[in-house]
Amino acid sequence: MMQTVPAGATTRASRARSVLPGVRITLGFTLAYLTILVAIPLSTLFVRSARMGWSGFLSAATSPRAIAAYRLSIGSSVTAALVNGVFGLLVAWVLTRYRFTGRAIADALVDLPFALPTAVAGVALTTLYSQNGLMGALLAPHGIKVAYTPLGITVALTFIGLPFVVRSVQPVLETLPGEIEEAAATLGADRWQTFLRVTLPALMPALVAGVSLSFARAIGEYGSVVFISGNMPGLTEIAPLLIMSKLEQYDYGGATAIAVVMLLVSAVILVSAGMIQRRAARRAA
Amino acid sequence: MSTTSVPTAARHGIPPGARARRQTAHVPTSERDIARGVLITAALAYLFLSLGLPLFVVFHEAFKKGVGAYLTALRDPELLRALRLTLLVAGIAVPLNVTFGIAAAWAITKGKVRGRTLLIALADLPLAVSPVIAGLTFMLLFGMQGWFGPWLKAHDIQIAFTVSAVVLATIFVTLPFVARELIPLMEEQGVVEEEAAVTLGASGWQIFRRVTLPNIRWGLLYGVVLCNARAMGEFGAVSVVSGRIRGQTTTLPLHIEILYNEYDFTAAFAASSLLALLAVVTLAAKHLLERSHHVARARIIEEQHERES
Repeated sequence: MMQTVPAGATTRASRARSVLPGVRITLGFTLAYLTILVAIPLSTLFVRSARMGWSGFLSAATSPRAIAAYRLSIGSSVTAALVNGVFGLLVAWVLTRYRFTGRAIADALVDLPFALPTAVAGVALTTLYSQNGLMGALLAPHGIKVAYTPLGITVALTFIGLPFVVRSVQPVLETLPGEIEEAAATLGADRWQTFLRVTLPALMPALVAGVSLSFARAIGEYGSVVFISGNMPGLTEIAPLLIMSKLEQYDYGGATAIAVVMLLVSAVILVSAGMIQRRAARRAA
Repeated sequence: MSTTSVPTAARHGIPPGARARRQTAHVPTSERDIARGVLITAALAYLFLSLGLPLFVVFHEAFKKGVGAYLTALRDPELLRALRLTLLVAGIAVPLNVTFGIAAAWAITKGKVRGRTLLIALADLPLAVSPVIAGLTFMLLFGMQGWFGPWLKAHDIQIAFTVSAVVLATIFVTLPFVARELIPLMEEQGVVEEEAAVTLGASGWQIFRRVTLPNIRWGLLYGVVLCNARAMGEFGAVSVVSGRIRGQTTTLPLHIEILYNEYDFTAAFAASSLLALLAVVTLAAKHLLERSHHVARARIIEEQHERES
């Protein structure tokens, strides 16, 4: 839409923009609101870290219990995000490419993890996967324990991350021209080749975005995990839980150091995902 | 089902000829249909197992001991107090974030604001921060060891572990929802209609009420629905700042945790069923609004094309 506007129109439009009333007061309100409710609260993390000094910060951030928590958090979040990458792609594909009874309900259900409070998801998943639960009772005879193990944590993180992948991939899949796939087919490529060589590369940027959003959500997740994890230090204690238990002991410095490390991890993931996405987009173009 | 004798194509409402025409030369129909069937079954099975089953379990557990036990659990005064607090918190946080969302979208899209990328990033930031970390930041501000801790204590004001802290944490967590719906929507709509209203002598408030609001109402409602769902369901951030003082700062999600940890599963899932019901209503509203939202958007794009041609 923007490109179709003639060159002169932009300057005219932008000059005219300042004519609209209320811009100054709404801008002032926006700035005040964001400063008081977002910028100042988040800056406390860095001020508190600075007050601890480098060695103090480092010893709090790298205690054996903290390292175990990072490892578990990152490991289970990566696993969950990758599982969501596979099944999210499958669900998005089926929802956009096929018309079948119940499609609308299935499509609406995808957003359930956004709408269902995490505490409710947590108690439901724990009941479902405990030894006597519907799923737990099925898996127990095979020696698979889910609740109160790292596997349970991954199950919960998979639950909350699915919509990120589906909702990232779906719009791209909808606009992907079918002609390219048809052309590949007429050139003799079978369905699987067409998918791997033509469709998947085109979907890659959206898929990477969805998987990294799913990871970023998982790494900070608390409510759906706290019930199913069992919370054993060093074994099933994820980083947000460790922050919580530090807070309960009034160890604010320790909690802050771990929080800063976690924020850096998700920032690194989101930034590098952005870079991968841009490179994939360039290659696809 | 009684449709077993009807051919697949007819069951899906596709005329017999259309199917043959759509086939590519060397992929036999049967193979296509098998692939289609396998993929649909796999996707639906996965959705059912991973999303449907947890939702089912909530209601199954809530009604396990009968409707009577369920209703008794819902009439518990503590649960009702938690429910009232949840409604109060959402009743404060949602209107504030709606005001913020509208103001931010107006300033960013209708005015020529420098640093708009930074503003948008700042407004989106709460989505990228763990709820527990969000709660922690408010404790670093208002807790005993926090920035304002000593000052607050000297003036005998308590914020940490009170309803005020619960409200603040909820505002933080739900801050992006309305703004991120409205900013792209109002950006698409441009300023032409509002400018026309200015030349006709309308005041700012009149322009907003009569011109902008009718254009953004579906997007706004969509944002409100999502914001409200999160406000009523927030757990991590609220858990940190509330101190979980039973009957005083426990919202419904926190009350569920207490009941669950006391092995009072019927009550825990009865309370959960209320929030699960909210989730189902939210999903239905989201689905319906998305449709209206799309129709409204398509209309705008069409109008823009007309104006340009």
